[in-house]
Amino acid sequence: MGKKVLLIEDEPNIIEAVSFILSRDGWEVKTHSNGHDAMEAVRRRAPDIVILDVMLPGKSGFDILGEIRADPEFAGVPVLMLTARGQTRDREMAERAGASRYMTKPFSNADVLDAVRALAGA
Amino acid sequence: MMFYCKQVFTQVQQVLPEAEKKPMPERFMIGTRIRERRVLAGIRQTELAQKVGISPSYLNLIEHNRRRIGGKTLLQLASALDVEPSVLSEGAAATLVSGLREAAGAADGAAPERDRAEEFAERFPGWARLVTGLYRRNGEMERTIETLTDRLAHDPFLEASLHEVISAVTAIRATASILVETEELEPEWTARFHRNINEDSARLTEGAQALVKYLEGAPNRDADVQSPQDEMHAVLAARGFHFTELEHEAAGPKTVARLVQAEAERGLSGPAQTLLGAVLRQYLEDARALPMAGFAARLRRLGPDPAALAGATGAGLAQVFRRLAALPEAEAGPVGLVICDASGTLIFRKPITGFAMPRLAGACALWPLYQALSQPLAPLRRRVRQVRRGGETVEALAVAAREGAPDFDRPAPVRAYMLLRPDPGAAGGAVEEIGVSCRICPLAACRARREPSILAEGF
Repeated sequence: MGKKVLLIEDEPNIIEAVSFILSRDGWEVKTHSNGHDAMEAVRRRAPDIVILDVMLPGKSGFDILGEIRADPEFAGVPVLMLTARGQTRDREMAERAGASRYMTKPFSNADVLDAVRALAGA
Repeated sequence: MMFYCKQVFTQVQQVLPEAEKKPMPERFMIGTRIRERRVLAGIRQTELAQKVGISPSYLNLIEHNRRRIGGKTLLQLASALDVEPSVLSEGAAATLVSGLREAAGAADGAAPERDRAEEFAERFPGWARLVTGLYRRNGEMERTIETLTDRLAHDPFLEASLHEVISAVTAIRATASILVETEELEPEWTARFHRNINEDSARLTEGAQALVKYLEGAPNRDADVQSPQDEMHAVLAARGFHFTELEHEAAGPKTVARLVQAEAERGLSGPAQTLLGAVLRQYLEDARALPMAGFAARLRRLGPDPAALAGATGAGLAQVFRRLAALPEAEAGPVGLVICDASGTLIFRKPITGFAMPRLAGACALWPLYQALSQPLAPLRRRVRQVRRGGETVEALAVAAREGAPDFDRPAPVRAYMLLRPDPGAAGGAVEEIGVSCRICPLAACRARREPSILAEGF
């Protein structure tokens, strides 16, 4: 398993913190910050793991996840969903849409690292 | 329809003990019991219909005792509602005992004598009714709390403010723990993260203040939790904005009165009844002018172009809009509709995915709805997207029309209509960015802005 993570998130300071943590752990981190062309970013970067925020400008994270799962080349890529809402409904939606894991904001850095490592090992 | 109703009603009455015949006969009808059970279980009508494989409108007729039910459907409904079929089919005595059992099941530590429920119901029917009544009331209250919680979760103002706060908290938490946990952090990074925390804490402060201000200023805080408009819209939404009863050839003002009365019995407030009555009378008029079968056939032949439909039927665009919004989704696809009066106040909202409609305050002045209001007789078509998280591109068709008969002394009032449909794609032209309402709008350079946004920055 490679070590390339694509972080799709629109909050600049969250991007910076998460990129920092993952880079220190030896990951190659690419970032993308809007929903419109997120799928193109996935195709261009061909990541080993995607971290995807649910609330993105332009397109919802669930829709993007659906596009990832519909693309034969990326259907199997582990996707960690991030959201500010922890309601069961969102969790169910994420599971239905094919999320590999689900994490509620605010999260701890250790949790993010654990999740990414676990997904890479899976 | 009425005759049929009475027939079923009489049959049901005949099997009931004499003593229970008079008070609130509605309670003893199968449909009413199914509805009660469903509401108690907190299941939506559409959900239950789907579970048992019947259409929501058919279930609705059953629940209003307008369709006879028995056999397989009854068994399936009972199983989906997790009750004995006899609870639905038999009279109040069985319901009472099973109600007591249910209450006993939920009792914490009170240790009721479960094996003596029948005896209790028989010897103290009044007390038994009180117990089951309290238990049911409790269920209803829990349901109300859930509805209110759900409403809070879907309030666009609250959602936007909370998103701001949570985003800032997330960034601060991640950054702060990097500062604390990373050994030998380079000075440049340290400085950078300090600056980020400072930025985010300022943003958090603003977000928290906006939230407090919003909660303090929330209308109806101490009074009614729901406005009559909300109540009326809840009734329309529960029926999917479609009323089979009013599509009948024989439907008339009495049908409207009966529908309103049925909602009144279910607790619809007086002002909301007035609003509902007006909307349904309009519905009836539209259904008579453009009967469903013919209109749906034209729709299939001419496609979903309201102008072509108006041309072919001789109806006004506003009427065609209302009719399209009243058709079941299977016929017309997803259709949203917003209507405002001349003051710009939204008086009718049928939602569509990806387009938020404010409930509390004025909508975005950039909506094609308001453009139409300022240029009556000139319909317009736009591709719009709300600049917000979750906003999707939709097609908006808007037109303003005068309501009612003309009068030489004063003009008939104007209303504007905006029909919303899923994005037609690039063929529909360029996408215009619009908002929901200024307070939660990130559009920075907007000439139509009337108050600052509570969002810290644009997307």
